[in-house]
Amino acid sequence: MAAAAPGPRPDERPDGPVLEIEHLCISYFTRAGEVPAVIDFSLTVDRGEAVGLVGESGCGKSTVAMGIMRHLGANGRIVGGTIRFRGRDMATLSPEELRQVRGAQIAMVYQEPMAALNPSMTIGAQLAEVPLYHEPGCTEAEARARAVAMLADVKLADPERLMAAYPHQVSGGQQQRVVIAMALLSKPALLLLDEPTTALDVTVEAGIVELIGEIARRSGTAMLYISHNLGLILDTCDRVCVMYSGEAAEEGTIDDVFGRPRHPYTRGLFGCLAVPGRDKNARPLVPIRGQLPMPYERPQGCNFGPRCDHFQAGRCDAGPIPMLAVAPARGHRARCVRWDEIDWERHRTEAPPLEPLAPGEVVLAARNMQKYYPVHDRSVAAIVSGRAVRHVKANEDLTFEARARQTVAIVGESGCGKSTFAKVLMGLEQATDGALVFNGEDIATRPVQRRSTAQVGALQMVFQNPNDTLNPSMTVGQQIGRVVRKLGAERERRRVEARVLHLLDLVKLPRAFVSRRPRQLSGGQKQRVGIARAFAGNPAVVVADEPVSALDVSVQAAITGLLMDMQRQSDTTLLFISHDLGVVRYLADRVVVMYLGRIMEQGTTAEVFAPPYHPYTEALLSAVPIADTRVKRKRIILEGALPSVLDPPRGCPFHTRCPRKLGLVCEETAPPMQRTKSGHALFCHIPLDELSAMDPVIRTAAE
Amino acid sequence: MTEQTVHDVQPAVVKPVGGAVPRRRAWLAGLVGPLALLGESWMAAAGAALVAFWVLVALLAPVLAPYPPTQQLGAMINAPPLTPVPEGTAIMEFTDQGVQRTPVEGMYLLGGDAIGRDVLSRLIYGARSVLIYAPLATAFAYAIGILMGLVAGYRRGWIDDVLSRISDLILAFPVLVLYVVIITVMDRSALNIVLAVTFASAPGIMRIVRGLVLDLRNRDYVAAAQTRGESAWYIMFVEILPNARGPLIVDACLRLGYTTITIGVLGFLGLGLPPPDPNWGNMIAENRGAALTSPHSTLFPCIAISSLVLGLNMLADGLREISLKD
Repeated sequence: MAAAAPGPRPDERPDGPVLEIEHLCISYFTRAGEVPAVIDFSLTVDRGEAVGLVGESGCGKSTVAMGIMRHLGANGRIVGGTIRFRGRDMATLSPEELRQVRGAQIAMVYQEPMAALNPSMTIGAQLAEVPLYHEPGCTEAEARARAVAMLADVKLADPERLMAAYPHQVSGGQQQRVVIAMALLSKPALLLLDEPTTALDVTVEAGIVELIGEIARRSGTAMLYISHNLGLILDTCDRVCVMYSGEAAEEGTIDDVFGRPRHPYTRGLFGCLAVPGRDKNARPLVPIRGQLPMPYERPQGCNFGPRCDHFQAGRCDAGPIPMLAVAPARGHRARCVRWDEIDWERHRTEAPPLEPLAPGEVVLAARNMQKYYPVHDRSVAAIVSGRAVRHVKANEDLTFEARARQTVAIVGESGCGKSTFAKVLMGLEQATDGALVFNGEDIATRPVQRRSTAQVGALQMVFQNPNDTLNPSMTVGQQIGRVVRKLGAERERRRVEARVLHLLDLVKLPRAFVSRRPRQLSGGQKQRVGIARAFAGNPAVVVADEPVSALDVSVQAAITGLLMDMQRQSDTTLLFISHDLGVVRYLADRVVVMYLGRIMEQGTTAEVFAPPYHPYTEALLSAVPIADTRVKRKRIILEGALPSVLDPPRGCPFHTRCPRKLGLVCEETAPPMQRTKSGHALFCHIPLDELSAMDPVIRTAAE
Repeated sequence: MTEQTVHDVQPAVVKPVGGAVPRRRAWLAGLVGPLALLGESWMAAAGAALVAFWVLVALLAPVLAPYPPTQQLGAMINAPPLTPVPEGTAIMEFTDQGVQRTPVEGMYLLGGDAIGRDVLSRLIYGARSVLIYAPLATAFAYAIGILMGLVAGYRRGWIDDVLSRISDLILAFPVLVLYVVIITVMDRSALNIVLAVTFASAPGIMRIVRGLVLDLRNRDYVAAAQTRGESAWYIMFVEILPNARGPLIVDACLRLGYTTITIGVLGFLGLGLPPPDPNWGNMIAENRGAALTSPHSTLFPCIAISSLVLGLNMLADGLREISLKD
């Protein structure tokens, strides 16, 4: 696949590997000294190959991508190793040559599409810039024509209209497609993607992932796909490299690494994933014990040593561990000196199964709850026409129940109204209609200031963003202590302190953390403090709003395990709000699926995840990547974007994107509730027996 | 085929053994920590040195000043710098025992002002005036501004509208006219200064605080406090305000400088502290008439004000620079 740029230079080898990284070392030079971010990293990407780079936060994968582009910022530097692009050592390139390589031969797609596009230029102008800059002979008309063709290639509807639009006028998924189009316009030899879909909804993500795969196949562009999501890597890549704390831990083809991992860290990572087959009671997740080492405190020898079950003093901490080839597969390597000694089949770390909790009586019941936000249009035209107030219909007609000791999951993408529901429940907002009965009293219109202390203490929340959930100016002990005192659990100073320490023990944090400030804690630790704070007043219901979305995979497993433990301890009802169906399937007893403010489906977990499906649930299930090679998924891609909540479609809200739309009836009439005998409720016009005859979306190889 | 490829090239960076990068020890954190931080920006260090110089001068005024600031010597009226006191000059005091003659000797290092007082001594004692009243007035302005900003930013709604309009009104009012209004209503005193400075500064502070609060009120920890039924005052002062201190500290340094200038202006206009208080603004006002023939008596107070304000500005800039560094 020849690049449109001038032909290969004398020292280039266009037939060899596109990218060869050897013993790369990158360090950041900060006020505190030299902090090594990447140590001894080697990778080869061949032409037309898609390689995944997987790791948790702080492992150095984004730094590698920046290093390839030589864009390390003011205090980062490559201190060792070489990067060869098409045979040429990039360290020998002059700034002018580097500029020609960037954008033309190596293109990069970043995480935040809105940040990657210039908000003051039209999309057409930005796209046309690419060929105009990098190809001296290109005319404006030609550049424009190529841009339009590329927009059609990335499956964007109405490319001509998009050329004249500004980035803020299109949705997040469309923006990311535009960024990908920009990256591919110069026909690069290598495409770097740094978490391109993390900021997008699951159903939008599925579309982007499919697009990337198709384009890579068609144009033969090599790809380096960086992500923390193992399921995505499974879907898109041929080979994968797992990084841990700045080093490559394991490398090989997808089948090798996912099917026969030979590094204890990779093994541990798979044990943390909520794949189908894991159950919170029968087969709980096994978190990796210990903590990620700080960059300036890495242990001698193997970085993973302190957390490894197979650690052997003297061998694993003797000196730097090299990457060793794993026989018999070619190209499969692991940074473990004991890979061939450990009996992988026998040493499956499994946690002991737990007794399922029996649900009690109903503690929380929503009955036709409605929440509309007024939007005041103060323009003269609106006042004259009489439509000065419109309503954002955030929640419409919500009806469901939650029992004691149960975990109810509310699932939906952004804009579905789940966060609004949480706010009404907590008293930060008031419902406009309907009832929300908690312990016999209707709290739908009662703001938190008018609730009794007992009610306030009985209903607490765990928040999404661990960095924002704690006040940076107060110590951990002060914050938890304040909650204990305020909710009346204890009064006397000594007893409050004792309770704070007891809570820290429950969330498995060292007691010394009482005097630490949030900036000295990691994300997972902060979330643990958030959980301790929520349970400080002995609540009856805990609302967890996406508590693990912002955390790494191994930390997610630990925090979900902690939530389960706390629930057992205090007989609490857990209301779990999430968009991550994998975690929901693992954790929840009952599932409520929301779309655009309405409930589409509700039932027990087993019922919702098996046919009959609501068409939206079916699409959602098919979009969630699963990191298990034995699982086969049906592919359903939703067309179109989420409709506006100001003006939701009449009839069924999902009809604008539904792949199983019946016709006019879906557009005009609201769908009726259909119930199975076991209480599984669906809101769809398609008759129940037809829905029950659907193929299951997820099938394990055994079936 | 089993291939044991051991990389014989050692990684270029030897993995640092734990603790190779020194961390701040707990005992440093107290005083040396912030000072060491200042050393990272030459501007912050220079500014801090200038301000510290004047603070020291103010503290050690009785020791440093060669003459009492209100002592007038007829022979030294408008004397140029480095004029020695003539032989035989004495201060005469009429007491019950008769006339007491106290001889005076030495040199007026920076010259004498329009009524024969030592400029250097007045400069030194003037530092006291400025360094007491400027921080006091600024602190008072901050108290009002923070209160208004917190309430406006947290409560929003009609309170925000009313407070914002009030602050707009005050900001739009010409400051000098305001000063004149104050002086026609009240006599010259320290209270004038505090009032004038509060009026001039509080609206600006209110805007800054309001902006910070608008951002901070959306954080999850504020929502956590609300969902456990904390009162609005608690949330404003305990949850939100401590997290706004960064930009406010930088602003405070700058505003101290503006307040110093304000005190100087007030003194020059004949407002503020009454004579014979040796503050720099008064000095410039009193010696205005001789400015062309004996510039030293107005020049040195100007240099004093400029250097203090410059020091405060540099400190503010330097602090901002440090906060942006890694």
